[in-house]
Amino acid sequence: MAELWTTYGFPLFIIVGQSLGVLVGLLLFTAYILYADRKIFAAVQMRRGPNVVGPWGLLQSFADLTKFLFKEAIIPSSANKGIYLLAPVITATLALSAWAVIPFDDGWVVADINVGLLYVLAFSSLGVYGIIMGGWASNSKYPFMGALRSAAQMVSYEVSLGFIVVCVLMTAGSMNLSDIVRAQDTGAGMFGWYWLIHFPAFVIFFISAIAETNRPPFDLPEAESELVAGYATEYSSTPFLLFFLGEFVAINLMAAMVTILFLGGWLPPFDWGPLHAVPGIIWFVLKVCFVFFLFAMVRAYVPRYRYDQLMRLGWKVFLPLSLGWVVVTAGVLVAFDLAP
Amino acid sequence: MIVATIAFYIFAGVAIAAGFMVIAARNPVHSVLFLILAFFNAAGLFVLMGAEFLAMILIIVYVGAVAVLFLFVVMMLDIDFAELREGFLQYMPIGALIGLIVLLELLLVAGTWTLAPEVASLAASPIPPMADVTNAEAIGQVMYTQYVYFFQAAGMVLLVAMIGAIVLTLRKKPDAQRQSIPDQVARTAETAVELKKVEPGQGL
Repeated sequence: MAELWTTYGFPLFIIVGQSLGVLVGLLLFTAYILYADRKIFAAVQMRRGPNVVGPWGLLQSFADLTKFLFKEAIIPSSANKGIYLLAPVITATLALSAWAVIPFDDGWVVADINVGLLYVLAFSSLGVYGIIMGGWASNSKYPFMGALRSAAQMVSYEVSLGFIVVCVLMTAGSMNLSDIVRAQDTGAGMFGWYWLIHFPAFVIFFISAIAETNRPPFDLPEAESELVAGYATEYSSTPFLLFFLGEFVAINLMAAMVTILFLGGWLPPFDWGPLHAVPGIIWFVLKVCFVFFLFAMVRAYVPRYRYDQLMRLGWKVFLPLSLGWVVVTAGVLVAFDLAP
Repeated sequence: MIVATIAFYIFAGVAIAAGFMVIAARNPVHSVLFLILAFFNAAGLFVLMGAEFLAMILIIVYVGAVAVLFLFVVMMLDIDFAELREGFLQYMPIGALIGLIVLLELLLVAGTWTLAPEVASLAASPIPPMADVTNAEAIGQVMYTQYVYFFQAAGMVLLVAMIGAIVLTLRKKPDAQRQSIPDQVARTAETAVELKKVEPGQGL
């Protein structure tokens, strides 16, 4: 019995503790990312944004949370009840579980697995199921249209995301996210990170990440001017909260992936003594916030795409470009014998 | 190892139950969702065997892309299942007969199954221990050396299938209005806007 405790019980205890830590930190971060998103959006439009609940509106997200929790959950009478309630749970669970492999600092990762990159790709591509199931189970026209658009959009942009990820893992020589960050530590500071040598891939990844998470200007699945609220039209209360949470956690995940793959994860921007004294997680969070700021600015500035243009951009522009970049990367790595 | 064993039985049991529900579920969308559950548990079995690369590829390719398209198609179907089931009893004897024949054929094939002598040497081809190389490297080392022709052949088959699908679905619609992106981008204020002086009472 004692052996069972040391082999399984104690590690399980540690893993549960780490997961809880990541979860609480992530949810708090998400609450303030939401607030930041609304504040940035408001500032661009010369409004004040949320400023009533708490000092400078800092508690707005928590007020929204309680509002969602205590409202009545309405289920449409002709909805497919089981799938209708399962869909938001799946969205939130998948978005949260992808964070298990994200390294916040050197060694600060819940599951340091060899195929971390594929794991993140797999879970972000599964995010479409929540939307497609919710849209279908609502048994209503607008959610169904939203679900169909979403399925097509996410499958399209996943392809170019996958190809860019292949470029990065060829350069780093590993699919372990920690190893990818370590491979960017070349002593040149921020100029050794992959955003410079993979610049076209960085731009395509950034745009595809916005499309993959259904953020504006690619938020066709929930375009309110055309589809009311898309797949979320029939949802209210806690199920809606779970959809919303899953969506924002997925956006944070994409910001974290941009940080890890192209912006050197926990590494300081310059290879200079005092900067190394700052804990890596601070650099990591700062970079994630920077990437999210860019996402928020894109949302505020760029008008929504038309659906056929979105599909054209994915298949006719990004797919050939990213495939070409895979060929160029592989060619350069082999020709100059740089492959790790 | 007891936890691994328990995990194996959970994954295997759920996979089989989900596989059964794929054919037993009344609603086709439920069938596809059970199929996805079965894929997921198969991926879990791969992880237990130490083949985490295959597990992730299974999820990305089958669950993340293929099953989405299944769901996409099945959701759009408008089938009245009561109508489909009406003739069930009438066709059951023929269906049962065909099923029986296929089962017999499978049994015959399985009964005479022998391994070719040269296969044994292939199966024993040196796979490096998992502690030394990762999954992806181990697969790459055999796939791009020993099995490169099969790999290329599989690629060609997929390419032909893709071209076939495009040829079958591509229709030229002469009266469809299309947007030419280069033309659109090349427009300037001079070519797009025309100012006209409209005299009162005359119109354009």
